[in-house]
Amino acid sequence: MPDCTLLSPPFNRVQSISRRRFPGKVRLASGQQRGENRTRSGLVPVRIFPLIMKTKSAATARYDISCSPPVDQVGIAERAQRFTTRSIKTGAKREGLLKVLNMIDLTTLEGADTPNKVRQLCYKAEHLHDAIPGLPTTAAVCVYPPFVKVARQALGSASPVKIASVATSFPSGQGHLDHKLEETQRAVGDGADEIDMVISRGKFLAGDYNYVFDEIAQIKEACGKARLKVILETGELGTLDNVRRASDIAIHAGADFIKTSTGKISSAATIPVTLVMLLAIRDYHFQTGKMVGMKPAGGISKAKLALHYLVMVKETVGPEWLTNQWFRFGASSLANDVLMQVAKLEDGLYQAPQYFSKD
Amino acid sequence: MSDQTEWNYSPAPESAKQAHISGRYEHFINGKWTAPKEGDYFSTTNPANGKKIAEVASGSQADVNAAVKAARAAYEGPWGKLSARDRGKYIYRIARLIQERAREFAIIETLDGGKPIRESRDVDIPLAANHFFYYAGWADKLEYAFPNRKIASLGVAGQVIPWNFPLLMAAWKIAPALATGNTVVLKPAETTPLTSLKLAELIAESGLPEGVVNIVTGAGETGAAIVNHADVNKVAFTGSTSVGKLIQKSVAGSNKKVTLELGGKAANIILDDAAIDQAVEGIVNGIYFNQGHVCCAGSRLFVQESVFDEVMWKLKRRMDTLIVGDPLDKNTDVGAINSKEQLRTIEKYIKTGREEGSEMYQTSCKLPASGNWCAPTVFTNVAQSSTIAQEEIFGPVLAVQTFRTVPEVIEKANNTPYGLSAGVWSDKGARLFQISSNLDAGVVWGNTYNQFDPTSPFGGYKESGFGREGGLHGLAAYLDM
Repeated sequence: MPDCTLLSPPFNRVQSISRRRFPGKVRLASGQQRGENRTRSGLVPVRIFPLIMKTKSAATARYDISCSPPVDQVGIAERAQRFTTRSIKTGAKREGLLKVLNMIDLTTLEGADTPNKVRQLCYKAEHLHDAIPGLPTTAAVCVYPPFVKVARQALGSASPVKIASVATSFPSGQGHLDHKLEETQRAVGDGADEIDMVISRGKFLAGDYNYVFDEIAQIKEACGKARLKVILETGELGTLDNVRRASDIAIHAGADFIKTSTGKISSAATIPVTLVMLLAIRDYHFQTGKMVGMKPAGGISKAKLALHYLVMVKETVGPEWLTNQWFRFGASSLANDVLMQVAKLEDGLYQAPQYFSKD
Repeated sequence: MSDQTEWNYSPAPESAKQAHISGRYEHFINGKWTAPKEGDYFSTTNPANGKKIAEVASGSQADVNAAVKAARAAYEGPWGKLSARDRGKYIYRIARLIQERAREFAIIETLDGGKPIRESRDVDIPLAANHFFYYAGWADKLEYAFPNRKIASLGVAGQVIPWNFPLLMAAWKIAPALATGNTVVLKPAETTPLTSLKLAELIAESGLPEGVVNIVTGAGETGAAIVNHADVNKVAFTGSTSVGKLIQKSVAGSNKKVTLELGGKAANIILDDAAIDQAVEGIVNGIYFNQGHVCCAGSRLFVQESVFDEVMWKLKRRMDTLIVGDPLDKNTDVGAINSKEQLRTIEKYIKTGREEGSEMYQTSCKLPASGNWCAPTVFTNVAQSSTIAQEEIFGPVLAVQTFRTVPEVIEKANNTPYGLSAGVWSDKGARLFQISSNLDAGVVWGNTYNQFDPTSPFGGYKESGFGREGGLHGLAAYLDM
């Protein structure tokens, strides 16, 4: 347990003060690092993370974990249900579907992956369905670290399609920190634009939040210019309160994106879980003016469901999140379902699935 | 890519063609459509565009007499002699028929009353069917509902219902009355008679014996004629407190059994440990549901001062995402104000609120050019003595006050002539129970708002009325014990 002092009485006091004075938008002075001299709530903190003092360039934050607000599961479920009653038709549907295509991280994360499969995936990312002109590319391809070089060769350096690599002993996260750091650096060195890391759920569930925070901060440093997506693996966190707390930790530790799931366990992205994470992003944006991205992953394979996610993003964090800079879908089979819907809007007929390439 | 667009939803209107509405409706008396004795008709209009939908008969004393006579004959005759099990069978049949025609009912409810189709489709109509299902089950089990009590039906029930939940209120009234073996003369509100009349069509189709349910349309005088009729044994009224007081006076000295469900000015209390985002959702659901035309609407918001800024910021943001407009559009959150008259009342209160120095925030949504519209409105800097904090507005207008301690908020919440409902939001169960048991309100919701269920009794304290509807309590109101 690195630092238990966080939860000591002075912080309880900070919590009560911060609750009273929910601050306006905090404008950081130029050159000021995220969180420097401030807690999440804009107050000067009592204690600091010793570990973060050493890693100067990491996105540092001194953040009181006990501040994470409670989440009411029933209320979240009701709100989540309401998004699904929005009726997305005609022009809005077409625009939404094209946005969805452009937000997909086209993913292959199998033991059976081959360099050729990755090359095909890269081609598909840039040429979703050439029979329909004017389609966007996907946002990225997402592969295991050994395939980053292959993907970079396939896409070249000018492609709008980013290369995302999972790292940090994906999917379990059960690995040594130095190994995780090396894996991250190597993937970035091989040409990855984005790193999808997993948090140490075991440490989180054991209450060792500082370990989780420090680990994310160090991986973020190892990422250099690459953007960091932090996978919470919400299916293993048990409660929405935990999802919120993990989101806050990841955001304050420097995540550029927070992501629901690895896709490797059965309970993956759901609308309620994504809503809780979006609310954490929204609160952070309100307090600091900084945007953090969101990536639900796993279990989203239908166009209609994807449109419900866009509705949720628009109505929760706002339409400025509706670009692949700030919102992604981690999915392997979603693209084809969206393409079938787009094709239907084009000529009014549903086409058979065999007309769409499966990669 | 058009990355930076707002991505606004395209229109997604429900087709009004699904609804079959006649040009003219007569009274439904003794199982037959009966022309008004004095020949008058009035129009019912669509509040979203002011257009006339249909003509409806205006009920006179003679029409009410005929309806009560038919109800009495049915009570003394076929309905009174029917076995309890068979009574239940008819009520089940009505419930199923409502479900089968749910879509048509939802569209008509929205056309006639102005509420968004999302609400009539997802709330009003399914709940109405559920009420019939629930009470159908009780029809042959009344002796288990009230063990060791000698029970008997009352006779003819005269029922007058409001315009905010037209079909649902009809269901609340008719279902328990039939389950307990009574017969009914019901008057829907003059601005929203159509779903009750459609219900009459459906009741005729169900084969319910003639005269068991009679529906007479008209304005206040028609309602007064029903309430004052000497051969009515039971009066059930839902509506304004002022009319409720008149009814109470008029039945004094008679042995009519009465239940009144009247106005409200509910306190919705947000404590500092509440899940704020979900509480904000509850505030919105509490006051902007059905354009605030809800007797149990959470129209007074009490926020603990330490979370006031956060709640207001989040509330305003959430209000800005509400879509106000065409009630038939499936994406509409807030529909049209039910009548010109009600719109004037709401506007008058908004004006008063501003004149008394409260700060107003209204969403900037575009309102349609014709029809009755009011943007969702919230007032801060409100005093306990402000008019908008004291009187029922019955519109999408919220009055916000802050508090510091729990005893203070309990005192403020109870400091009103009304006592229909309240809401409490806290992450701590113990606080929820402590506060809710100290509130003088018939219904207190914990960490939610505006939840209705046929099994749960609903009704008020103080000037919000007396008697309970729903659940076992709802049966008791139609029985002599």
